[in-house]
Amino acid sequence: MENIVGRYRNVTILVAILFAQVLGLAIQVKRSSENSSTRLIRVWTVATITPLEKGIVGLQSGIAGIWHNYFYLRGVRQENRDLKAEIEQLRLEQVRLKDDAEQARRLQLLLNFKEQFISRTVAAQVIGSSGTEQSRSVYIDKGVRDGIDKGMAVITADGVVGKVVQVFHSTAQVLLISDQLSGVGTILEDSRLQGVLRGTASGEVVLDKIMNDEEVQPGARVLTSGGDQIFPKGLLVGTVSKSSHGPESFLSIKIKPAANLGKLEEVLVITKNEEKQPSLAEDAAPVRAVDVLAQRLPSVPDKPKVDPVTGKPVDSSSSTKPGDSAKPANSSTGASTNQTSTITARSSSQPSTTTIKLPSATGSNRPGDSAPAAHKNGNGLASKNETSAKPSGAPPASTATTNPPSPAIKPTHSVPKPAKPQTDAQGTGDTIPAQDVPQ
Amino acid sequence: MRREPAIPFPHRTFLNNVPITYTSNEQIEVYRFSVPVTIGVPLLALFLQAFIPLRFPFFGMFDLPLLVVIFFAVARRNPVAGLLTGAVIGLVQDSLAGQPLGLYGIAKTVVGYGASSLGVKLDVENAGSRFLVTIFFYVVHEIVYFSVARGLVRLNLHWSWPHELWSALANAIVAVLLFTVLDRFKQRT
Repeated sequence: MENIVGRYRNVTILVAILFAQVLGLAIQVKRSSENSSTRLIRVWTVATITPLEKGIVGLQSGIAGIWHNYFYLRGVRQENRDLKAEIEQLRLEQVRLKDDAEQARRLQLLLNFKEQFISRTVAAQVIGSSGTEQSRSVYIDKGVRDGIDKGMAVITADGVVGKVVQVFHSTAQVLLISDQLSGVGTILEDSRLQGVLRGTASGEVVLDKIMNDEEVQPGARVLTSGGDQIFPKGLLVGTVSKSSHGPESFLSIKIKPAANLGKLEEVLVITKNEEKQPSLAEDAAPVRAVDVLAQRLPSVPDKPKVDPVTGKPVDSSSSTKPGDSAKPANSSTGASTNQTSTITARSSSQPSTTTIKLPSATGSNRPGDSAPAAHKNGNGLASKNETSAKPSGAPPASTATTNPPSPAIKPTHSVPKPAKPQTDAQGTGDTIPAQDVPQ
Repeated sequence: MRREPAIPFPHRTFLNNVPITYTSNEQIEVYRFSVPVTIGVPLLALFLQAFIPLRFPFFGMFDLPLLVVIFFAVARRNPVAGLLTGAVIGLVQDSLAGQPLGLYGIAKTVVGYGASSLGVKLDVENAGSRFLVTIFFYVVHEIVYFSVARGLVRLNLHWSWPHELWSALANAIVAVLLFTVLDRFKQRT
């Protein structure tokens, strides 16, 4: 027996080593949900390889930074001019989008809608790849110590990248959406068809589980649906590059990822998602004193009639309920008239003044059509002195008497001049704390 | 009376114009490597394999760790050392790739054993034989890897002969250059 083993020593060792590895593989496949049995080896390997990668990437970034920031500045002036022009355009766009967002928030509030918010992200640098075509994953330079955890979504400014599958002390492994083991719940932006995005063995990205009788056009945008509980809803994943009937009952849809998965450099890891109801107070402009006063007054007096000849009030004691008297929008601003308080609305598409009664989220005035014009000042930019249409952060119940207007309709307020000088006596629209307002 | 030489030395045959030298055990040159080279070269290969595809995605078709396994196995001409080198490098590559440990491990163990066994019988010191040996072992490596991945782990891998042959060719070209560089680290026993 000893002779046989000695004679075939090499083959015996080969068989033993192979058997041990096959056994190890079988154990790992059996416990596919957990990698704890092989965790130690992976930690050692990553701890050996990634510091070198981090060093190289850091050195590379440093050299690139010096080059781009100090030497290679050709065309920067022209680029600066272009960017400034782009900023002007974006400001105009922002005004319109802000109105849309306000309208959407009001509707969501009415529908008791809960929304997912990305509340915290961690920026990370890609330092390495898996090094094989069979496994499409990358390593980032953030790990447990930076708050990274398994299952967190990874994105770029362009779109979705993947999710964290392994976390180490200062690094983490991200499985790309092009890997065949990945899966993302998605929805087509236009048709609202839902499917599952997954990678293939050849590294392509396909959209699965959409029935053959549906129609999907190339160029359609694919967003995350939020159904997988990993990626927040509404993130761009990619666009449809090819759609055809599949062999089974599902369409064969190829997707071009929005993020360049072949050349990733910096990514964002979404470390915290929140699900909450949108609040009207969120992202609102600073609350103005006139807005607070207009809401808290039990009855808002009407503006006194003015003698057109003398310019003096005809009867200062007369007052009417809000809405009973309307006045032209261009003749009243909250800042200039501070004797009475009226809530009026102004619309560029409707020159006549409208009294605000109901939330007009479904009103005929489309925000995008007319709102920007109504918001512009002489420079074509959003005016800082405009009165906010928001009910000053009050809870929805309090808006029953002063319901939010249509986004295209902007109320103007004029309130009695307060006795205290610190409560925006000049009517300039400066912000004051709500608790300082006289009740 | 003049004695004829027993056997022409070395006896050469020509296969596709590539000289492959048959050697006897007495003529085998067995090399060894210093500890820094033994550890550093495989680590460097693993690092480059993980790092370069980030900037140049096409580099994913190369398998530098496999080339290093072939080189060490052939140079040492010791099957046990060859298979152990292959197993260790393969397992480390598996752990970097995030896949079950053993897929590359098994494939590279087989290649390490095969390459060192072949190194005992053939002279693989010249560029032509290195080119052919690398093509052969690359294909063997891929076949073993795919068999294990599909048979044991149930991975859905796509086998394409043109892709594999092109990859084998590309790896063989790199191998010839790489082996020339690594020859400088050889130490005669």
